[in-house]
Amino acid sequence: MISQSSEATEVSASAKCAADEAVAKAGPLPVTVRDLTVAYHRKPVLWDVEFEAPEGRLIGIIGPNGAGKSTLIKAMLGVVPRASGEVLIYGESFERRRRLVGYVPQREAVDWDFPVDALDVVMMGRYGRVGWIRRPGRADRAAAMECLEKVGMQEFARRQISQLSGGQQQRVFLARALAQEAQIYFMDEPFSGVDAATEKAIVSLLHELRDAGRTCLIVHHDLNTAKDYFDDILLLNMRVVAFGPTDQTLTSENLRRTYGGRLAILDEAASALANARR
Amino acid sequence: MISYNTAIVLIGTSILGAVSGVLGCYMVLRRRALLGDALAHAALPGLCIAFMIVGARNFVALLGGALVTALAGSWMVTVIPRRTRIKEDAAIGIVLSVLFGLGIVLSRMIQNRTTEGSKAGLDSFIFGKTAGMIAQDIYVISAVGLGVLALIVLFYKEFKILAFDQDFASVQGWPVLWLDGLMMGLVGVTTVIGLPAVGLALMAAMLIIPAAAARFWTDRLLVMIILAGIFGLLTGLLGTAASARWANVPAGPVIILVGTGIFGVSMLISPRRGVVARGVRHLRLRRRIARQNLLRTLYELSEAQWPEATRLTPLDLMKERAWDPAGTARLVKAGLREGLIEGDADRFSLTDTGWRDAAQVVKVHRLWEIFLIEEAQVAPGYVDRDAEQIEHVLPPDLVDRLQARLVELDLLPKPLREVPERHAALAPIERVAGS
Repeated sequence: MISQSSEATEVSASAKCAADEAVAKAGPLPVTVRDLTVAYHRKPVLWDVEFEAPEGRLIGIIGPNGAGKSTLIKAMLGVVPRASGEVLIYGESFERRRRLVGYVPQREAVDWDFPVDALDVVMMGRYGRVGWIRRPGRADRAAAMECLEKVGMQEFARRQISQLSGGQQQRVFLARALAQEAQIYFMDEPFSGVDAATEKAIVSLLHELRDAGRTCLIVHHDLNTAKDYFDDILLLNMRVVAFGPTDQTLTSENLRRTYGGRLAILDEAASALANARR
Repeated sequence: MISYNTAIVLIGTSILGAVSGVLGCYMVLRRRALLGDALAHAALPGLCIAFMIVGARNFVALLGGALVTALAGSWMVTVIPRRTRIKEDAAIGIVLSVLFGLGIVLSRMIQNRTTEGSKAGLDSFIFGKTAGMIAQDIYVISAVGLGVLALIVLFYKEFKILAFDQDFASVQGWPVLWLDGLMMGLVGVTTVIGLPAVGLALMAAMLIIPAAAARFWTDRLLVMIILAGIFGLLTGLLGTAASARWANVPAGPVIILVGTGIFGVSMLISPRRGVVARGVRHLRLRRRIARQNLLRTLYELSEAQWPEATRLTPLDLMKERAWDPAGTARLVKAGLREGLIEGDADRFSLTDTGWRDAAQVVKVHRLWEIFLIEEAQVAPGYVDRDAEQIEHVLPPDLVDRLQARLVELDLLPKPLREVPERHAALAPIERVAGS
């Protein structure tokens, strides 16, 4: 595993086990979620979530505040305990296949005053491959640098992370996930609070990942951009309201069922979407 | 010369200081600074129970007893926030007060039962008393301390990712609960071996102060850890030496005072985060902004007459800006001293240098304004109005485009356009698009 990882320097040439490759070819879908229920202190926050993510798609997870979007991906990744249900990654439990999964947490999840630089953070993406006790080597460093380059941050490798702008911090998080050399990426609000340059960089990175056959599940809060960014949409409000190709899923009827028509602006957004399609 | 026993004690407290400093880094970075305090207090009931069973003379047994309840405390601090709605700070408070209360009750019972002489052994744990330690005790402390240090070195990478981003670590498959438990356990062990030297109330300071001092000097975790280790070592060494020199002063408080000294110096003079450096930086920034404002104001008042110099008074400047007379006088004086203006404090005009610098400052500000109006939607993150050289911040082709717009809008400062006879010496400053 380790020697393989050191050779792999590009997403497209990522280090996958031969076995994983075989599984990927053989047919099980990248992500299968069955009957997932999550509860916080006796109160369920997600009910019976079921969906299957096809390979090489950008999938947006959309829903109002408190709909459980972040909780959904955290539960799938085992960060939040599941009350019931199973999550399969290429036909096997997540716990067995975690090597195939990359994660971009919300930017607010960490203390950006922590005494590390951008490269240190990206190197953490390699830790899972390096294994217990061992130190990441030169090859890991080179791979991490390349991931920083992919997000246009190579000049900032040695910059302490609190000295980066919000967008730059987000890109460092993306680079760290790239360093995991995964098949499936879970991203929690990667577009939130970033500048236009970063937004562009993220979009082109996502396209690159899709073209390389990677699957991305992305929590997103902006309805207006959702239709441009994603191939598939999962509308979520404590349960799955709708899931499918973007143009079939983002209907005003579905949006009303997701957002409950609580906010007039959402009605407007929905009708704007409907008009745009006509 | 120092005695063999003193030398041993010095070595022991140095190791203890180093371990505490290193481990303290994680406590400080994870905002768990008070954990050491809680665990030190949590050690008291175990200490008392061990005392009741084996008596004062068995050092290892006392440490072992203290360790049991300290570890129970660290286990509670790890588990309570994960299993209940109680937050970590509250969990630390609960562990501290409940176990310490229990410890006080037990120690009273001991006090009532035993004579003063044998109780002294217990007291030395509560208040810290290096003088009473014997070589055997120090061997135990040193061995355990070095063991803890070895584990921290071994799990450096694991502790780093745990401290920075627990969720990400767990997605990669690291057993975060166990790692966290290990780290808490190490804090418990370190706290317990520190008790005989610095005492229960002050052990927290051994964990926090060297680490907090080290944070001032660096933005790199490894450097911070090494520095904290060195600071801790010095704290233990110098503190013990000082208390040995003046026999009546207990070691614990002296050790902490030495640590506080290191912390105070770090806070004041560290080059990046220190109070003095921050103050100086702030002052410099204010001075630079004041100089720029002076130049811009002078330029705007003189521009119409270019290249002839306009005679100005402080009152002219004050009319343009919300400056008070004293501040204006100071600025004018500084301008005269720097050769930006000539004349005297009451009547002055721009010198050649003044014209050139002013034009440059005005140009940069105008470029940024154009950038903000016309280009910023692409990258507002770039805006840095203080940058004296816009070329260092923006890509060159964008700067060329902005310069071209500046010329088009007739906003290029006059001294930077044509060079009249008497200003030939100034020469055009840099690539001005279209010229």
